[in-house]
Amino acid sequence: MNAPFYKFDYFNADVSLIIAFVIGIAFGIALEKGGFGKATILTSQFYFTNMRVLKVMFTAIVTAMLGLYFLSVMGFVDLSLVYLTPTNLLPMAVGGLVAGLGFIIGGYCPGTSMVAVATGKLDAMVFVVGMIFGIFVFGEMFPAIESFFNSSDMGTITLPAYFNLPYGLVVFFVVLMAIGAFAAAEWGEKKMAAKTGKEII
Amino acid sequence: MTSIAKWITQAFEKDEGEELIQHQAKPYSNPYLVGIGLGIVLLSAFVIMGRGLGASGALSTLVAVTVNSIAPEHSVGNNFYSEYIGDSSTNPLKDWLIFQTLGVLAGGFLSGTISHRVKKGVEKGPRISTKMRFVYAFIGGALLGWGAKLARGCMSGQALTGGALLNLGSWVFMMMVFVGGYAAAYFIRRQWI
Repeated sequence: MNAPFYKFDYFNADVSLIIAFVIGIAFGIALEKGGFGKATILTSQFYFTNMRVLKVMFTAIVTAMLGLYFLSVMGFVDLSLVYLTPTNLLPMAVGGLVAGLGFIIGGYCPGTSMVAVATGKLDAMVFVVGMIFGIFVFGEMFPAIESFFNSSDMGTITLPAYFNLPYGLVVFFVVLMAIGAFAAAEWGEKKMAAKTGKEII
Repeated sequence: MTSIAKWITQAFEKDEGEELIQHQAKPYSNPYLVGIGLGIVLLSAFVIMGRGLGASGALSTLVAVTVNSIAPEHSVGNNFYSEYIGDSSTNPLKDWLIFQTLGVLAGGFLSGTISHRVKKGVEKGPRISTKMRFVYAFIGGALLGWGAKLARGCMSGQALTGGALLNLGSWVFMMMVFVGGYAAAYFIRRQWI
């Protein structure tokens, strides 16, 4: 058996939509259980009072990264068949900056806003309407910014390829970085809790 | 009569009190355990489908399909819309991310219901009115929608998925999200703290 299963035609496109729904359910449960359906928890990341976003996010990245690394080294997963978004450095950096502003102003990101809508948060419903408006504006101005959108094209490129380092070494660095970030987050939360006298949820 | 009314009121008060205790929202789970769970979900998507998770793409398809159905001649020459509409061989709504996002809605509702956390409400700090919160939510949503499209993905498709794949652009995106968030946090603090 070879993975990714879909790329080896173990099932057809219609079945893939059922799988999409099931994976989505698991994704939604994880986000809800993490407290990501609450804008006050998500944004507290940016006031150093609750570092849940960083902890969940980096643990998830490390888990999936390690799993994929070992499965590919074992020869089970063909990494070249896993879709990688091509890098257009400048538009991605600017888009990230604008998305970061939108995150702290709006209180959610696209995935978490879905969970917040599903759990009855009215502000999340307004946020989703705002997102639809933002995407529409982007679509309308697309002909004018198309050249920027396609600028600084670096193709599909990973960190190991860019820095010319072995895949396993970069994986190791990311794990180290995550452990460092977790330690800093735990330390910072205790400091902030002592300062504000509030318990961390 | 008055005593009956009193008795009924008291009975209901008591019920409400009991209900509150029974239905108290459960605390959120340990973030590291949730992270491992989320990582396994993401890994499953890689292994089963050869792709990661996403969120903003589903809304993009909805916008493109809506524009196309209202003004088809308008969307034809636009490469952004046409990419989401595709050729007419398949229905653009039969899309992986649409079904995945429907799953996120269902999963969020399911988990919230089990833990008694589904509750109509507005997420905000104590120093801001609900009306202003809605204004900010709309502005923030619009910025995020616009930014995610420019960056070819959002926190799910870029930061999480691309992060685990060690994608160069995704890591740049993730760092810039934190830069933007921390840079603006001070100016918007009245909304949250």
